[in-house]
Amino acid sequence: MRYAETGYNLEIDLSTGNIERVETDPRLTELHLGGLGTNAKILWDRVPPEVDPLSPDNLLIFSAGLLDGTPAIGANRTIITSFSPQTLLMGFSMMGGFFGPELKYAGYDKVIIRGKSPDLVYLWINNDKVEIRDASHLQGKGALETAEFIKEELNEPKVQIAAIGLAGENRVYFASIEHGRSSASRLGLGAVMGSKGLKAIAVRGTKDINIAKPDKFWEICQEVLKYIEYRLQNPIKGVPAILSMIGSPQEMMLHDEQWHTTSFSWGHARYRRKDFWNEEVAKNWAESQRNAIERLVSCYNCPVRCGAIIRHPSLPTHRYMMKCYSKLTYVMAAMTDDLAFGFKIAGLAQEYGLDGYTTPQVMAFATELYDNGILTDEEMPGFPSNNEERFFYLLEKIVRREGIGDVLANGVYWAARQIGKGAEKFDHNTTKKHEQMVIKLGMLNPLYFLMYATGEKGNITQIEGQIPQTPLPKGYREEFVKDWIQVPTGKEERFKRFILEWGDEGKSFPFWPPPDLVCELVDWQETMHYIDDATGICAGLSSFPIKPPYHIHNLSCLISAGTGLDIDEEGLWEIARRNRNLVRVINVRRGLRREDERPPEDHWKKRFPEYEEKLLDEYYKYRGWNREGIPTKETLEGLGLDYVAEDDMIKKEILKEGVSLGGTTVKATKKQ
Amino acid sequence: MANKTVKVIKINADECNGCRACEAICSAFHATPKYGTTNPAKARIHVNWDPLRNLYVPVYGGPYVEAECLGRDRYVIGEKEYDECLFCRAVACPSRDLFKDPDSGLPLRCDMCEDDPSLKEPMCVQVCLVDALTYEEREEEMEEEKEKLDELEMGLETLIDKYGFDKVADTLARISISKQAET
Ligand code: SF4
Ligand code: SF4
Ligand code: SF4
Repeated sequence: MRYAETGYNLEIDLSTGNIERVETDPRLTELHLGGLGTNAKILWDRVPPEVDPLSPDNLLIFSAGLLDGTPAIGANRTIITSFSPQTLLMGFSMMGGFFGPELKYAGYDKVIIRGKSPDLVYLWINNDKVEIRDASHLQGKGALETAEFIKEELNEPKVQIAAIGLAGENRVYFASIEHGRSSASRLGLGAVMGSKGLKAIAVRGTKDINIAKPDKFWEICQEVLKYIEYRLQNPIKGVPAILSMIGSPQEMMLHDEQWHTTSFSWGHARYRRKDFWNEEVAKNWAESQRNAIERLVSCYNCPVRCGAIIRHPSLPTHRYMMKCYSKLTYVMAAMTDDLAFGFKIAGLAQEYGLDGYTTPQVMAFATELYDNGILTDEEMPGFPSNNEERFFYLLEKIVRREGIGDVLANGVYWAARQIGKGAEKFDHNTTKKHEQMVIKLGMLNPLYFLMYATGEKGNITQIEGQIPQTPLPKGYREEFVKDWIQVPTGKEERFKRFILEWGDEGKSFPFWPPPDLVCELVDWQETMHYIDDATGICAGLSSFPIKPPYHIHNLSCLISAGTGLDIDEEGLWEIARRNRNLVRVINVRRGLRREDERPPEDHWKKRFPEYEEKLLDEYYKYRGWNREGIPTKETLEGLGLDYVAEDDMIKKEILKEGVSLGGTTVKATKKQ
Repeated sequence: MANKTVKVIKINADECNGCRACEAICSAFHATPKYGTTNPAKARIHVNWDPLRNLYVPVYGGPYVEAECLGRDRYVIGEKEYDECLFCRAVACPSRDLFKDPDSGLPLRCDMCEDDPSLKEPMCVQVCLVDALTYEEREEEMEEEKEKLDELEMGLETLIDKYGFDKVADTLARISISKQAET
């Protein structure tokens, strides 16, 4: 019997209509757990590096996490993985909600989609019965509307649906896959789905998920639940409200937006408004939020309620669900003070199926180009003068790929190069061709430098976590480290001392903490995310917040009790390292190199080019990678990835680097 | 007349966030071995869930019925019409799959998590941290009730409805003979 996982994948070929249920190799669970880990293995094995992300040969994988569908609190992530049309690298995005668990109950760990359907279709997975159904009547329909249609059509109120909107159908490079309560937004996976002619996947399951050691497993779950209750009542002291809680984060519950609005930048990631937040704004925004929100909602098997049902009379569905801080991304990018605008446009964008982080930035970028005379009335006929109207104008153009929208739909990086005329200079907030968080700060943060530079996820929130973003105020540090149970074994002394000293005279960025400690802290943050990406546990309960309910200690026990495998803390760490390296070599094989590993140029005002190179060197060394950021043969073999080291291209690259090792440092050129 | 402890689960539908933790844990608690499997389709509570109409109504598996209702009512909530069956607590109703084990077809009735030793609170209440489900015990004077069907009897009733009395009795007899032969 298989525990925690179902042991089966569903293989769908949309070109031929072939559907297969395939048993998986349990050995892969031991090596990669599941979710992102096993997705990466499939992509490495089956998608050669030259495959165009929008071609039928690309795979689109919907994977439940290893613990989805078990009683583990908040284990509900669906990890969608493919190659991104925007970055041309591996693209993955996690969504919460209910899809992953339902897929498990239907009897599958993953749905692996290849090929391309000649006509628009949707997939209906009902336990053992799997059908490819006509979706021509859903063409052009919104993602939420589509889900409602399918629910009615199948007459299945408990069906779970992931769908694309117009943006995905039209292959907008930042199109999302929407699932009502949540969405997989980053890196254009909705465009990949659109390129396959797949409008939606509907799933319903009524089968069991087994647990290997039930009593132990439930005991840990109960502890987690208790800790969640404790953390909901005991926010971290000494940090801004939004960082003091658990969840992903508590944007719907909290009204206090001082931290986001005054620390993040407005417009096209340009302006800080340090004195934006005042009593009047606070009052107006609280009211807008109260008017918009009807109910706080959770994902499957989680009490934390990070999402909300939002009233939206002009949408066909009259409501939508919001999460996270998309309520602010449009508001701040459009430089408007009206939060109601945010609720309105975010709902429409969700119906179209667009990423709530990238979309506003692309629109602010276009606005900036217009204001600077690079785009004119010729490309943008009838462009309104008011920023809010401009955003609605651009939204319609982008999702239809109409006129200038066809260019903007490729994201800032590609659009800037297509437009030319100096537009490239305005591409100031992308890394690896992907729009980054709109933060512009003063002093270089060595930890974030490494996470932005070397992260494979295009999104800092899927890399960072565990530690505060700025030093704790003096009187709070002792209390913070007192019950800091989350710290990995063996690191207690070092990490606690870091918190206690950080901010003291001479203990400040960029040269403190020393590079070795920087690497260890970065490793911890990344590792916890790689574990969540495999188990399907929500980052909001685990890798993302400070002092989360899940940590390396209880996760290793939980995974062991769930699967019956014997995985201790070190073993779990090694699996995360294996997955991290596998993702890296997949990207290396597609051309990722050191020169790509650069945070947005103006992310910090004070930069230290030489020190940054040293940090990269140190980090690469720490990870067992060569100077180009490519895992060495020894590293790969040590992780049981010998077959990767045997790959012709990887072999060549390792060798090439080996020859130049004694030479000069690789010159980090600015990429055009 | 006798005094009786009435166990009450109060449902505050306004507080429900639709997490379905109650369904998950109910199914796990009633699994053999306990917590050995999870399958919300086997839960004895069922959350009616229609987020885009802001409708969240947890319903417990209640009385056992042999036949479906003669007529059907319709509810209109938030512009949408719902069949009354959605909110009905009846278990084993032949007209639907709800509150029936998807494998065996056996009825799934809420038993308030009866256990030895008895729980402080039923499992669904324990996991519902937002207090959509709360638990109360009340002492009430009550008429002496005739024995309620327990779970086994209820299951047998369903089988009898499905296969007829004779077939079930025959099968039981056959099994008991073969079991005796084994020992
Ligand atoms: S913490 Fe929030 S985002 Fe995470 S599972 Fe719970 S409700 Fe969903
Ligand atoms: S556990 Fe509570 S909040 Fe969650 S679905 Fe059940 S009743 Fe609703
Ligand atoms: S009280 Fe127990 S048996 Fe009844 S629904 Fe809740 S968990 Fe299930």
